[in-house]
Amino acid sequence: MSLYQDVTRKPWNTVGLPDGIDPKPTFNVSNEKLALVVFVIVASVLFSLLCVSYFIRMWFGGGDWLPIALPSMLWVNTGALVAASVAMQVAVVSSRKQGHGDKSKSPWFLVGGVLTLGFIIGQFTVWQQLTSQGYILQSNPANSFFYVLTGVHILHLVGGLWVWSRALLRQVRKDASHDISKSIELCAWYWHFLLIVWFALFYLVATN
Amino acid sequence: MAYVPLADQDDAHALHDPDSFITKYVWSQDHKVIAIQYGGIAIFVGLIALGLSILMRLQLGFPDTISWIDPAFYYQAVTMHGMIMVVYLLTALFLGGFGNYLIPLMCGTRDMVFPFLNMLSVWVYLLSVLILLASFFVPGGPTGAGWTLYAPQSITPGTPGSGYGILLMLVSLGVFIIAFTMGGLNYVTTILQARTRGLTLMRLPLSIWGIFTATVLGLFAFPALLVSAIMLTFDLMLGTSFFVPSMIHMGETLEHDGGSPILFQHLFWFFGHPEVYIVALPAFGLVSDVLSTHARKNIFGYRMMVWAIIAIGGLSFLVWAHHMYVSGMNPYFGFFFATTTLIIAVPTALKVYNWVLTLWQGNIRLNTPMLFAIGFIFTFVHGGLTGLFLGNVIIDVPLADTYFVVAHFHMVMGVSPVLVLYAALYHWYPKMTGKMFNETLGKIHFWCTFLGTYAIYLPMHYLGFLGVPRRYYEMGNTDFIPASAQALNANITIAAIFVAIAQLLFFINIFWSLKSGKPSGGNPWGATTLEWQTPDTPPKHGNWGEELPAVYRWAYDYSVPGAEKDFIPQNEPGEEYEKTFHHKGGES
Repeated sequence: MSLYQDVTRKPWNTVGLPDGIDPKPTFNVSNEKLALVVFVIVASVLFSLLCVSYFIRMWFGGGDWLPIALPSMLWVNTGALVAASVAMQVAVVSSRKQGHGDKSKSPWFLVGGVLTLGFIIGQFTVWQQLTSQGYILQSNPANSFFYVLTGVHILHLVGGLWVWSRALLRQVRKDASHDISKSIELCAWYWHFLLIVWFALFYLVATN
Repeated sequence: MAYVPLADQDDAHALHDPDSFITKYVWSQDHKVIAIQYGGIAIFVGLIALGLSILMRLQLGFPDTISWIDPAFYYQAVTMHGMIMVVYLLTALFLGGFGNYLIPLMCGTRDMVFPFLNMLSVWVYLLSVLILLASFFVPGGPTGAGWTLYAPQSITPGTPGSGYGILLMLVSLGVFIIAFTMGGLNYVTTILQARTRGLTLMRLPLSIWGIFTATVLGLFAFPALLVSAIMLTFDLMLGTSFFVPSMIHMGETLEHDGGSPILFQHLFWFFGHPEVYIVALPAFGLVSDVLSTHARKNIFGYRMMVWAIIAIGGLSFLVWAHHMYVSGMNPYFGFFFATTTLIIAVPTALKVYNWVLTLWQGNIRLNTPMLFAIGFIFTFVHGGLTGLFLGNVIIDVPLADTYFVVAHFHMVMGVSPVLVLYAALYHWYPKMTGKMFNETLGKIHFWCTFLGTYAIYLPMHYLGFLGVPRRYYEMGNTDFIPASAQALNANITIAAIFVAIAQLLFFINIFWSLKSGKPSGGNPWGATTLEWQTPDTPPKHGNWGEELPAVYRWAYDYSVPGAEKDFIPQNEPGEEYEKTFHHKGGES
């Protein structure tokens, strides 16, 4: 029974088991994946509101907005994050190929995480460069937003890395009770999402 | 995802089966224990907020009789009372408490889909409460900026608790949001994915629809609070200027420059208004089930009720600026938000009509939960109607800073949800404990609370018309207010103390009944929904014994013509009665 049929039917008129004896989830995905999708929506709301605040402060603030000259290091970092996302996707594909039973031996999952660490270290370097150039947090709202936006993005990546490290540990231990290919897939999803968020944030701070 | 009987579920169930006191009652992953932990913490912190409100009332009713209530403490009490009641009591109790208890039972599952995350949620919630309460003990005390925490006032020296107090409040809110998000992911995923056989979305009880929609609202709205809390913390601790404009304070120009206080208000109310419905929607759902059960009638207009819940949820994101009419805005904005505010009254009124029509010609049993549920209809209509006044810019502007607003929002989102909480607590108490509460004591509790709250809030409307300003520690040069207003204030205070003391009846009742109450049996109210059909009362770990229930019908088969009893449980097979029903007049 489709979702549409379900929500438009007259429940008082029907008796019985419309789907037979198998319980049907509303969406044909795993619980973990649905929870991740919901979380991604919540995180999107968070980033959207930060972006809206950015524009409101820029347009309707006290007229004290001074754009930042962005360090070229940001492009290197972006490359690292793109590579991390690609590595995650390759890990998904190779773990699918190896099948669910055989634990993934693909190193790409590890590579994806390490590249992400590289991105985070790169972002800290950018912060240092900006600070040394005088773009300190308090001196201008454009700076404040730059640090907050990139900081919140890094926090989301750190959360992702925490999940990643647990999955990696299981992979190393060859823990049979967990389906690692599922963890890899969910990580990849989350990484793609955070890459898109980074594109949006980068565009935002680059065009102020 | 094929149906697997318990016997064949080797891991999902056994993984978190408790085997010691600690894992059973403290680090428990059982949704029922977590629900009671949530409820206990919420009620505990709610009692602190109740105490604060009495101190405020003592100052207002009998100014300067208690020497240690100074203006700073008064504002701190106002702030903490508001924030605790709205976020840490009502949100936590409805979603963390009733959400946790009812979702798996009403959906026919053994537990939430992520039990560990669920456990984490309640402990992180406790942490947020402890951080909040810690602010009473730091230098400067808790924040006194009002529950809206408007910048720049909340972080400017001179406001009570503008240092540690506001910092702890912001951190506590951040931690609370993390706890809520963990719980919310669980509620949404469990309701969507884990419902038992035959339980289609449109067979869900309205309680679940209310809790589900409120959770979605919370997941969308709390990020706005988080964003404002993060940026306000930066302004406070690191000297940024997101919200703080250039200011001269005590003769000195502050470091801040160019920030937008209005931006904070927009962010806050983008969270704040949906928050009203995060509290109201579960209340709407729970009260629908209580009314239907005790009127022995199906809920009137079930589908309409579901769509009204969803419509209210959607519209609640389009009305936030009606809290900001007096902040100043483009008149067209005011027009837009007044219009959306009035539109949201349509699905809300529809729900009220449907509750009344559910009672119409029902076989009404006026027991304690039912009295509280009917009491809710009264208070909600009162609070809702005054909301229509305040939704209009031209009426709001003169009334916004008076006691009319205090009366309005206490009726609509203070008293009304609390009456539903009591209705629900009494209604599900037999299922939670296996014991029946004392009915007489319950009824006395109801009448004291119901009439008492009217004695408090009805006169406040009048004070508002007189122009008595809210937020004032005491009346200053306000000659336009007659002296009799003070007599009314004293009366309100006495009524408030009376109502507060009357709440002891509830606690006496539930604790006394826990030990000495009569055994309730599994389904004392003759209710149809799944939680009343569990093999054990209170339900054991795993809820359903050997096999999960199958659902054959919707949740409101009460007084079905031709049926043996006046209710047919959701898990009872058979379809003969349906035909009788149609032949008799096709009332479906």
